[in-house]
Amino acid sequence: MSDFLRIEGLEASIDDNGSPKPILKGIDLVIPAGEVHAIMGPNGSGKSTLSYVLAGREDYEVTGGSVSFKGQDLLAMEPEERAAAGVFLAFQAPVELPGVNNANFLRTAVNAVRRARGEEEYDAVQFLKAARTKAKALSMPEDLLKRNVNVGFSGGEKKRNEVLQMAMLNPSLAILDETDSGLDIDALRIVAEGVNALRSPSFSALVITHHQRLLDYLVPDKVHVMARGRILRTGGPELAHQLEAEGYASFLAEAA
Amino acid sequence: MPAVAETLNTVETLTQSSYKWGFETAIEMDLAPKGLNEDTIRLISARKEEPEWLLAWRLKAFATWQKMEPPRWARVGDHPPIDFQDAHYYAAPKKKPGPKSLDEVDPELLAMYEKLGIPLKERAILAGVEGAEGEAGESDRPQVAVDAVFDSVSVATTFRSTLAKAGVIFCPISEAVREHPDLVRQYLGTVVPASDNFYAALNSAVFTDGSFVFIPKGVRCPMELSTYFRINARNTGQFERTLIIAEDGASVSYLEGCTAPMRDENQLHAAVVELIAMDDASIKYSTVQNWYPGDSEGRGGIYNFVTKRGACRGARSKISWTQVETGSSITWKYPSCILQGEGSVGEFYSVAVTNNHQQADTGTKMIHIGRDTRSTIVAKTISAGQSDSTYRGLVRMLPKASNARNHTQCDSLLIGDRCGAHTVPYIENRNMTAKIEHEATTSKISEDQLFYCRSRGLSEEDAVGLIVNGFCKDVLKELPMEFAVEAQKLLQVSLEGSVG
Ligand SMILES: Nc1ncnc2c1ncn2[C@@H]1O[C@H](COP(=O)(O)OP(=O)(O)OP(=O)(O)O)[C@@H](O)[C@H]1O
Ligand SMILES: [Mg+2]
Repeated sequence: MSDFLRIEGLEASIDDNGSPKPILKGIDLVIPAGEVHAIMGPNGSGKSTLSYVLAGREDYEVTGGSVSFKGQDLLAMEPEERAAAGVFLAFQAPVELPGVNNANFLRTAVNAVRRARGEEEYDAVQFLKAARTKAKALSMPEDLLKRNVNVGFSGGEKKRNEVLQMAMLNPSLAILDETDSGLDIDALRIVAEGVNALRSPSFSALVITHHQRLLDYLVPDKVHVMARGRILRTGGPELAHQLEAEGYASFLAEAA
Repeated sequence: MPAVAETLNTVETLTQSSYKWGFETAIEMDLAPKGLNEDTIRLISARKEEPEWLLAWRLKAFATWQKMEPPRWARVGDHPPIDFQDAHYYAAPKKKPGPKSLDEVDPELLAMYEKLGIPLKERAILAGVEGAEGEAGESDRPQVAVDAVFDSVSVATTFRSTLAKAGVIFCPISEAVREHPDLVRQYLGTVVPASDNFYAALNSAVFTDGSFVFIPKGVRCPMELSTYFRINARNTGQFERTLIIAEDGASVSYLEGCTAPMRDENQLHAAVVELIAMDDASIKYSTVQNWYPGDSEGRGGIYNFVTKRGACRGARSKISWTQVETGSSITWKYPSCILQGEGSVGEFYSVAVTNNHQQADTGTKMIHIGRDTRSTIVAKTISAGQSDSTYRGLVRMLPKASNARNHTQCDSLLIGDRCGAHTVPYIENRNMTAKIEHEATTSKISEDQLFYCRSRGLSEEDAVGLIVNGFCKDVLKELPMEFAVEAQKLLQVSLEGSVG
């Protein structure tokens, strides 16, 4: 399947005190199956907005364009249906769920997704075994599973918890929104390994980042530069190096 | 906030149909004429074959009630006035000779038990099938003795002989009046006097049935006791009276469950519950209240005006109230503890859920009289739709309550932005060595939380269920095991579609 994820002319706006504020102004992006793409771009350019729109957040109104995922109209699906279909978003700012036990949350999520995919649900023992193994691979302290979801987690712990969820939910499209921010050097490598472990001809990733370092571990097939709601340029991994050296100024000038 | 609005809509449509206890049972009824006067009371007393002293007690309560005004304070009075003459005060299924097997039992009655989730063997006992009781004892799941109160009468009580062997009395209160008159007379109205409040006075005048429990000295009740209260007949009020006595060193765990059919008129439920714990005795009283809450427009539903109070008379005695309140259109309820015995302990664990147009004003009173008394209050309030929920609690330390302690934790969870939650603590401390701590929080299920859960594959309902159960777990863990799961499901059902 060459167009595993195909975004065409995607426009989206958010309600800003009663009037729509356009944020995505025509995004074209194709990610073939098995590829890892990176998006880089200045603060406020719409990267997180794109990831939310792909995951199905309802605050954003899609005003134009289309997204097809494995041949399905992604925009017509509910967020939980997208999750079942294989979309996973690692949040830039993971959300706290006070009172909700992390292991219980993860198990409910994994079983909901397995059920929707026609797979057998995990019983408590199978689940714990899988979760512990994966948590260990991410060097996550085991007590994070016993605590409430993201409550009191450090910045890095939250990000690792996102990667644990990703590993357990077994997505075919992972969108990582600045998952590398706030991670120490070791954690960065571990997270990159987590993504690399999933790499296969049926797994693609869209990695949003500000830093070259993650891309050193996670060599992307393509790098896209995004600014002001548009993709300005697409290139190979060398584009990230150019950005690191020159900043966004030349790209922005070129686009203006 | 599109997601919230949509969720609210889903919740609203679901709640319409989700009251699965809304069945009506077509059973032949013996009904008292509508209206409330001395003759009504004489009729009730005669039907119950009561002794003269009890009739006199009722009539005195009635005279007191006539001089009282319905409570209009807070939001409790926000309902249209109740016409006390426009209701039946006695409704009983017509007596037939005892059936020989389940096949002979009115299928409607059996269907009702099935809907209430009562196991088959116990259904036979409840339906009065001869010789059914022996079998029920062999069940391998945890044993629960059930008393079913159907409108004004107790239909049947299970496991009576097993309990009798342990010296425990568990029977309808009307039977206790006949079989154990001295016990009833000694304790009835000693915790909640007839003059206590408007609805307690009304209950004292017209109470029809309820459960009586007596645990003698040193006995731990060998099984959970449970009463199912069911309002069925149209235009009837239910006024049950429960009296539980635990003598020195005795202990018991008691659970009540409540349901009613869906109707478009309001019905009144005004119960009185009295608990008495002597030295070293402990009583755990749990409630899963799911009276019909009214429809999504606020039509119909039960007015639940209840007086529940426990007296820790003995040293080191303990009374623990746990309640999960999801039903009723208006709830007005403050299970309380009078901590008289030295070192006695009072506990109140509550989850109150309101949705659509429901109103709940609930909480507790902890009256510390004796020294070294302790009380714990954990109140969780969940409001959705356009509902309104108030926690109202009193902690009073009297001059002799040296070293008394209270800890109160009140948490409110809001779902959507059209509902309300209020916390009204009253604290009175007249002993310098007593300590009172009060903590309160308010939170909301946010759009962010719902989206986060859904992006992980959970449906909106599952997401709300997880968050709500997490919010309530400190209370749910206090419920007897057998009922905790049921309560969790009930919470989820009550909130379906309401979450946002
Ligand atoms: N609820 C909102 N109301 C108004 N403006 C919003 C809202 N949400 C996002 N925006 C605006 O949309 C633009 C894009 O935001 P977005 O979070 O997608 O940027 P980003 O590229 O992810 O930035 P960063 O690199 O800082 O994470 C920003 O200007 C932001 O202020
Ligand atoms: Mg961002």
